[in-house]
Amino acid sequence: MQHPVVIVGASMGGLRAAEALRRFGYLGPITAIGDEPYAPYNRPPLSKEVLATEVSHEAVAFLQRTATQDVNWVLGSRVVSADLEHQTVTDANGEVYPYGVLIVATGLRPRRLEVANGMLAGRHAVRTLDDAIGLRAELVPGAKVVIMGSGFIGCEVAATARKLGCDVKVVGPGTYPIVRPLGVKLASELQRRHESQGVEFFMKRKVVDLLGSSRVEGAVLDDGTVLECEVLVEAIGSHENTEWLQGNDIDVTAGVLTDDALRAVRASNGAPWNNVFAIGDVARFVNPIFDEIPRRVEHWNIPTDSAKRVGKVVATMLGDGVGGAAAAPAELNEVLNEGFAPIPSFWSDQYDMHILAYGLLGLADEIKLIDGELSGDCVFGYYRAGKMVGVCGIGLRSVVQKYRSVFTVEGGKA
Amino acid sequence: MLKIYVDMEKCQHYGQCVFEAPDIFRLNSDDKLEYTATADDSERGNIEAAIDVCPMQAIFLVD
Repeated sequence: MQHPVVIVGASMGGLRAAEALRRFGYLGPITAIGDEPYAPYNRPPLSKEVLATEVSHEAVAFLQRTATQDVNWVLGSRVVSADLEHQTVTDANGEVYPYGVLIVATGLRPRRLEVANGMLAGRHAVRTLDDAIGLRAELVPGAKVVIMGSGFIGCEVAATARKLGCDVKVVGPGTYPIVRPLGVKLASELQRRHESQGVEFFMKRKVVDLLGSSRVEGAVLDDGTVLECEVLVEAIGSHENTEWLQGNDIDVTAGVLTDDALRAVRASNGAPWNNVFAIGDVARFVNPIFDEIPRRVEHWNIPTDSAKRVGKVVATMLGDGVGGAAAAPAELNEVLNEGFAPIPSFWSDQYDMHILAYGLLGLADEIKLIDGELSGDCVFGYYRAGKMVGVCGIGLRSVVQKYRSVFTVEGGKA
Repeated sequence: MLKIYVDMEKCQHYGQCVFEAPDIFRLNSDDKLEYTATADDSERGNIEAAIDVCPMQAIFLVD
């Protein structure tokens, strides 16, 4: 019997990969293994509107399509190791799963504050549904909330917590919130808007210690300031979930390095594994729209775009998986040569601000206001050596949308 | 014939669907989403792609 396609990671990327396999004609067995107890769900609302209202799986679950009803979902199971030579992965209970094709979709986990008395209650990350359920229960009016980290998630939680009537302080390492990648002008304006809503900022600061006996009562900053704190939100970045792949001939420095078919490449000689793919947040790939440097991209569209690419390649490679012929080498080559050049896109909701962006803003060496006014709705262009690499607007969505077509590969491939 | 439904309580008018199924979805002059509620079966692939890219997961195909 043919071994299944095994997807490790049962979040959006895993679901979209299973759907794409079916859409491109693979009818054989698919097993998707995820460490959370929930069927795939949409994470972004967990720091936004869902956190402000009802946090439940039902509110964020992805609709499951009929084509993927026969996928074998193994939920609440953490894969702890892989043997790429013998084509198996093993979970924490010792269960061994042989695979024909492996799709790595294990994503990221939040980085946590490491302090001596770290076992206090009241500390929260914002990544999983259970994280959001736990945090929501403590965001009561008047609660003293300290948010570590002033990136998108930190700012979204700040806005939501203010709406819920909490007392909110943000501690961030940079000069302004989200200054990388937004730039000083837009980031300082964002801070001003948060401050007008009552959020207090402690920038160029970090939390170095916590006070409290069983529950967190205070956060100590690196300049000695003590902030009263009943709820600590840790939004200080993330780690790639790749430890389970260690010991194999694969490059997992800062994510799984892949080629442009999202095949994991060997650390020893750079040649791809023909049956090991990586998708979503954990994949590190070259995007020819921008340059030749492989990067991980933590934007919401990447799991879907990369899953579709992989689904098509794998379905072409395997055929229908139930006895039909696989594609001829020429056809597979054609699919492999289609390349991968997703247009990064992201959005953020904070108060009445709708932020929408395309491209890789962080690559810019020059940032210009290109429409609107800084104090109201506005659009900024992000340029590297004079060429647009990103666009970001508060409001003015139609204007932002128009610039999306700028992000193409020179020469036309992909 | 396909029937399309967008939950306008959920929709935040990000317009990602516009790129996937331009014959069905558009942003109007107020930057609000407008859509055509019925479509030919040939649009199914585009509409499913639009469903996938909707950040709010607000688009539904009613078979």
